Amino acid sequence: MSDATANQSLTTADGIPLKAALARAEARARRRAFLLVLPLLAFILITFVTPIAQMLHQSVYNEGFTMHTDVITGERTPIMTNVKEWFDENPVGTEPDEEAYAALAEDIRKLREVRAAGSAGTRINYERSGTRSMFTKANRSITGLEPPYKEAFIELDEEWGAPDLWQVMRDASTPYTVNFYLAAIDLKKSPDGGFEGVPDNRKVYVNLFQRTLFLSVLITFLTFVLGYPIAHLLATLPLRQSNLLMILVLLPFWTSLLVRTTSWIVLLQSEGVLNDALVGAGLLGDENRLPMMYNQIGTVVAMTHILLPFMVLPLYSVMRPINPSYVRAARSLGATSWTAFWRIYFPQTIPGIGAGALLVFILSVGYYITPALVGGSSGQLISNLIAFHMQNSLNWSLAAALAALLLGGVLILYWLYDRLVGIDNLKLG
Amino acid sequence: MAASQTSDAFVEFDRVQKSYDGETLVVKDLNLTMPKGEFLTMLGPSGSGKTTCLMMLAGFETATHGDIRLGGKSINNIPPHKRGIGMVFQNYALFPHMTIEENLSFPLEVRNIGKSDREAKVKRALEMVEMGNFGKRRPAQLSGGQQQRIALARALVFEPELVLMDEPLGALDKQLREKMQFEITNLAHSLGITVVYVTHDQTEALTMSDRVAVFDDGVIQQLDTPDKLYEEPMNSFVAQFIGENNTLEGVVKEIRNGVALVQLDDGELIDCNPVNVSKAGERTRVSIRPERVEFNKARLQEGAHTLKAEVLEFIYMGDIFRTRLRVAGNDEFVVKTRNAPDQKRLQPGEHIEIGWLPEDCRALDA
Repeated sequence: MSDATANQSLTTADGIPLKAALARAEARARRRAFLLVLPLLAFILITFVTPIAQMLHQSVYNEGFTMHTDVITGERTPIMTNVKEWFDENPVGTEPDEEAYAALAEDIRKLREVRAAGSAGTRINYERSGTRSMFTKANRSITGLEPPYKEAFIELDEEWGAPDLWQVMRDASTPYTVNFYLAAIDLKKSPDGGFEGVPDNRKVYVNLFQRTLFLSVLITFLTFVLGYPIAHLLATLPLRQSNLLMILVLLPFWTSLLVRTTSWIVLLQSEGVLNDALVGAGLLGDENRLPMMYNQIGTVVAMTHILLPFMVLPLYSVMRPINPSYVRAARSLGATSWTAFWRIYFPQTIPGIGAGALLVFILSVGYYITPALVGGSSGQLISNLIAFHMQNSLNWSLAAALAALLLGGVLILYWLYDRLVGIDNLKLG
Repeated sequence: MAASQTSDAFVEFDRVQKSYDGETLVVKDLNLTMPKGEFLTMLGPSGSGKTTCLMMLAGFETATHGDIRLGGKSINNIPPHKRGIGMVFQNYALFPHMTIEENLSFPLEVRNIGKSDREAKVKRALEMVEMGNFGKRRPAQLSGGQQQRIALARALVFEPELVLMDEPLGALDKQLREKMQFEITNLAHSLGITVVYVTHDQTEALTMSDRVAVFDDGVIQQLDTPDKLYEEPMNSFVAQFIGENNTLEGVVKEIRNGVALVQLDDGELIDCNPVNVSKAGERTRVSIRPERVEFNKARLQEGAHTLKAEVLEFIYMGDIFRTRLRVAGNDEFVVKTRNAPDQKRLQPGEHIEIGWLPEDCRALDA
């Protein structure tokens, strides 16, 4: 390399630029590495990234009022096109005229033809309850409907004249909408185009988000309080005893989630072991049995137990390598045992606390099965409502919007954690 | 310090025993008295009980039996943080989440010393170990030798009268270790502190200490100044453990005028200094230091017993020559000679006669 000066690019012995030679030499290894991770990459794309992307899309896109897909043939037919046209020609707030009702009648004939009145009505029903039946009723009576259509529709059902119904239909006539997000935080569009809160008796989601957040923080705190001493014991006991204790910690981890949850039901229900024992010991009157199951207490107790290993294991992995000579050094330097713990030992376990807390919190925010089984009505979490909208009300867009908000919340938390503690300080084991 | 009964009993182990399992004694009947300002090293192979003694003194282990006194007062029931003993650990135990300054300031904080006072003391301690510019760094950013200095400074910053060191130089390379040995002894003497130092490295023990306690099997085998320990080992364990040593086995024939006549196992007779043999007929292990063996007949006393030897190996080591001989059936007999201009370089296969002064040849327990 005697001829290579500082600003001349370096070459190999036979004159190929060094960078190109390096790239070529490493290309093979890189290709092989890529092929090795390809199956995993494909797996994650198919099973993880794509569904999440679809879900996010679903939360802002619903074609229930614009497109009908035949369940058997898969044929796609645009629906409600005439009403859409009228909406496009007339600005927001225009009183629907005869022309609008004529367009509606035309569209409902079309719905009858492709048998889509139910699904189109459902789409409007998401945002204005009681509307689905109006559509199915109109669907049945459309053949007998004569102009003037406005009077005819209003005679069929007075609600067809309601301005907010027309506002909802206007919104639904374009598939892209933020209404599901609004619904997910208990808001809706007012007829003048602004936002307003839904009536108090229909406010569900904000409360539930708050409860989910509160219970998750509580559960995280409880697992920390219970898990820290256990992890410390695990880390300091002689190997033989600590292995035994580790098995005790992991044993519930290996049994079925369902078994663990139902055993809490056995223990805590009003005719359960604990109440029976308290009554039997005379500490409790038979009529005052403590309600510990099918409410928040049940959810908190069962979830704390189930999530405990997720706190203990990261803590243990951080505590195990802490040399006991640190605490000894602190003691010999004059610190009381409490000072030695608080100033020397505890700060060194913070990465484990962070990891455990983050893990437990994220898991409990999205927890479904335990609250569903033991939560009753007051112990339900947001995930139970998401499941309800997925399985019962079939309002997938709302479910997706709720899930997306949850995901966003967790990501924000993760970001906060990274800013405060640093994600590279996370030690999972 | 409160007036103690005797001025030279600052640290006292009085009939101390220690057992971990209730079946075996790790420390057996330990008696030790240290005057103030002494640098005492506990030397011994691993498992000999020296670290246990140190931990009992520091308060991390309790004595199963006996009394440990500091400044005349029993400290058996005083928790470690109230003993006011500085300690340097084998792995330094610098708190990884604190800067060097915070590490040094920690013992002062827990003693409720004011901020300005603290800063002055930390600064002084850092300068004492020549680490004045490293205060803002974290332990992980320092080299082993630098961490060692900080550990030392931290043990000294709260001005303890007694400092314990548990193999503090074990992790350093040879050159650095020698430098630190020198620095630690200098510092200890200039500050007038009392030091108990634990090591398994005999060179370290000999070069640093005022006195060395050689531990084996839970018992102090010999407690003496380094020169006495090397030149006058009281039993064959100490003779073997400290420095290089040649042993020949035999039986005492007679003891007369302070000289023991020993018949070696191959029948040859030698004169020895009877150290712990008392009567004729006892088996003995004779110990001679390699540098006290002489093969130049002119330098031997008249009438001295000599032994026949065959040269097996000659190793040139620079400052000295190390010659391995076969003497009285022992193939591992070593002679060390200085590399002087007139020094003879022995050749393998050569047959020579060797001898020594009777007082250099110590008849010890078998």
